[in-house]
Amino acid sequence: MDILNEISLFLQTSVQMGTHILFAIVGGIICEKVGNMNLGIEGMMLMGAAVGFQVACATANPFLAVLSAGLAGLVGALIYAFITVTLRGNQVVTGLVLTIFGTGVAGFIGKSVSGNTVPAEVVDAFKPYDIPVLCDIPIIGKALFSQSGYVQAAIVVAILAYLYIKKTKFGLNMRAVGENPAAADASGINVTLYKYVHVLAGGFLCGVGGAYLSTVFLTTWQDNVTAGAGWIAVALVIFSTWNPLKAIFAAYLFGMLKGLNFKMQGWGFSVPSQILEMLPYIATIVVLVFITLRKKRENQPPQALGDPYFREER
Amino acid sequence: MKKKLLAAIMAAAMLLTGCSGNTSSGSSAASDADSTADNAASVKAGFVYIGKIDDGGYTQAHDQGRLAIEKMGVETAYVEDVAETVSDTCEAIRTLIDEGCNLIYTNSFGFMEGTVEMAKEYPDVKFAHCSGYQRSDNLSTYFGKVYQARYLAGIVAGMKTEKNYIGYVAAKGIPEVIRGINAFTLGVQSVNPDAKVEVVFTDTWYDPSVEKQAALELLNKGVDVIAQHQDTTAPQVAAQEKGAYCIGYNFPTADAAPDAYLTAACFNWATFYTDDCQRALDGTWTSRAYWEGLAANMTYLDDLTSLCAEGTQEKVDAARDSIIDGSFDPFTGPLYDQNGELKVEEGVRMTDDEIWNMNWFVQGVVGSIPA
Repeated sequence: MDILNEISLFLQTSVQMGTHILFAIVGGIICEKVGNMNLGIEGMMLMGAAVGFQVACATANPFLAVLSAGLAGLVGALIYAFITVTLRGNQVVTGLVLTIFGTGVAGFIGKSVSGNTVPAEVVDAFKPYDIPVLCDIPIIGKALFSQSGYVQAAIVVAILAYLYIKKTKFGLNMRAVGENPAAADASGINVTLYKYVHVLAGGFLCGVGGAYLSTVFLTTWQDNVTAGAGWIAVALVIFSTWNPLKAIFAAYLFGMLKGLNFKMQGWGFSVPSQILEMLPYIATIVVLVFITLRKKRENQPPQALGDPYFREER
Repeated sequence: MKKKLLAAIMAAAMLLTGCSGNTSSGSSAASDADSTADNAASVKAGFVYIGKIDDGGYTQAHDQGRLAIEKMGVETAYVEDVAETVSDTCEAIRTLIDEGCNLIYTNSFGFMEGTVEMAKEYPDVKFAHCSGYQRSDNLSTYFGKVYQARYLAGIVAGMKTEKNYIGYVAAKGIPEVIRGINAFTLGVQSVNPDAKVEVVFTDTWYDPSVEKQAALELLNKGVDVIAQHQDTTAPQVAAQEKGAYCIGYNFPTADAAPDAYLTAACFNWATFYTDDCQRALDGTWTSRAYWEGLAANMTYLDDLTSLCAEGTQEKVDAARDSIIDGSFDPFTGPLYDQNGELKVEEGVRMTDDEIWNMNWFVQGVVGSIPA
């Protein structure tokens, strides 16, 4: 019983540590599925974290905080979309610049609230709560049913994103744009509109993910609060082979990593943190090798990923 | 293809410039025309900071020292967010010297090599490096004996804990951290011999979510007080969330976790900076190894909150008085290591050098020092 309780508390923490990454991975998947490689995830997360925190402090309204965090991410994505879709600029460079830009903007916005704490109303709104009966399920009960609503929302968002991409007409169109924009264009899909909508939606989710860290998990503003989570998300988009359901697994797996190291310290041995930091990227390389060798169609990256689309250029 | 390559190079260039620190100059506000005014114009102090001046932790604590010397009428400048590499350290120092600084403070251990190099290159500029051990004619070292404040914090925690089980979130397995853990544990045991202190190392000074995760791991194991050697308040937030209590570090942070905060082991960097600047103004500046604690008001324990157990204040005051008057030091024998082996004989006091290089845990600490 004690062991079960320990595992269940461990998983509860791991899920919390994976939540912002999950939002970011799903955001990244939605963006890449329309053929846009966005390396600006870290920047959009930080912008969301800073703006969400500011609004939470100013209005004490949890809904507005989340909404504005998403909008902050969306604004970042809008800059990216304008450059890569309308101006057809290089996606890699634009994404990198967005990360640098977002980090600076977030530091600037956060400066005035440094050391402040989120108002009690917001803390209460996002407090973990127990769902009766379900939260007593051994092992996974606490991880899923004794959590903040924000944490559960991440899972719901991932599932909805999966259904949207795989089961709806819009999802089909979006995938067509990512695979072969010329063909999609020829069949009457508005490529530019699809790219814009999904890049912006992805940015929205990244912003919401960042705000989870600042307003829910830490409740105080700390500079550079994501500490590289955005880059892990970029890698995990590939690790989850562009599938939001696998993203749930990927995010929580990596939420677990550091915690596992702490557990092992308790058992008397420790793994150098450098190795742990390498793991997401090593795992991603392994997955890349694997999917390239297996050539299973549903695991492949969108074919037109990274390419700007010129209608006249055939 | 060529276009892409060019773009990638440009991005790399942007990354590089984006990483270098931002300089800011603070101008002296004081205008009192006392006798030092002329001298004050001849001293300009430059600070190289590891973090941002509003990081709510280590660098912010240092910056309060900088503001204190501005009040003396000394002009200052700083570079924040400097990476701990030789080239970045040197670049930051050169920037400050170009701005006219002739007294340079570098506030992190990792700046040591760069500071030493620059001290050689600019023999007329005075340097002081925080927490290091290399000195020369124009290079001092300085640090605070925060372990003394941690001993007092240990008393607070030992009085408060009901489960006799205390958690400690630590950054890295280096002597600075180890001596803090040991002093804290000795403080705990001075009032509560049965209590254990379990340590978890995060291997980072600054990563809020990882620090919180480490604290949650300890809290899930059942500790009811959390202490920390980390630069953010995340462990304190974790303690509050789980209904436990916490002890801060660097400077008072009661706002971060008002329902959990007991006290904090703090630095008062202004003590050193004002003293050092005064020496420069007086023309009596010489290279030295500055390492002071409670007695010099270089380190202190924050005021106890009402959450502390009854009778804590008296015990803390008694210990503080005996440390300040020199009749007692936390590292006085008998001291045993984790295996119960006698490391320091009864009545023997460890020397500053031994304390500075401490690399073993005292009895009562649970956990091991990472390789």
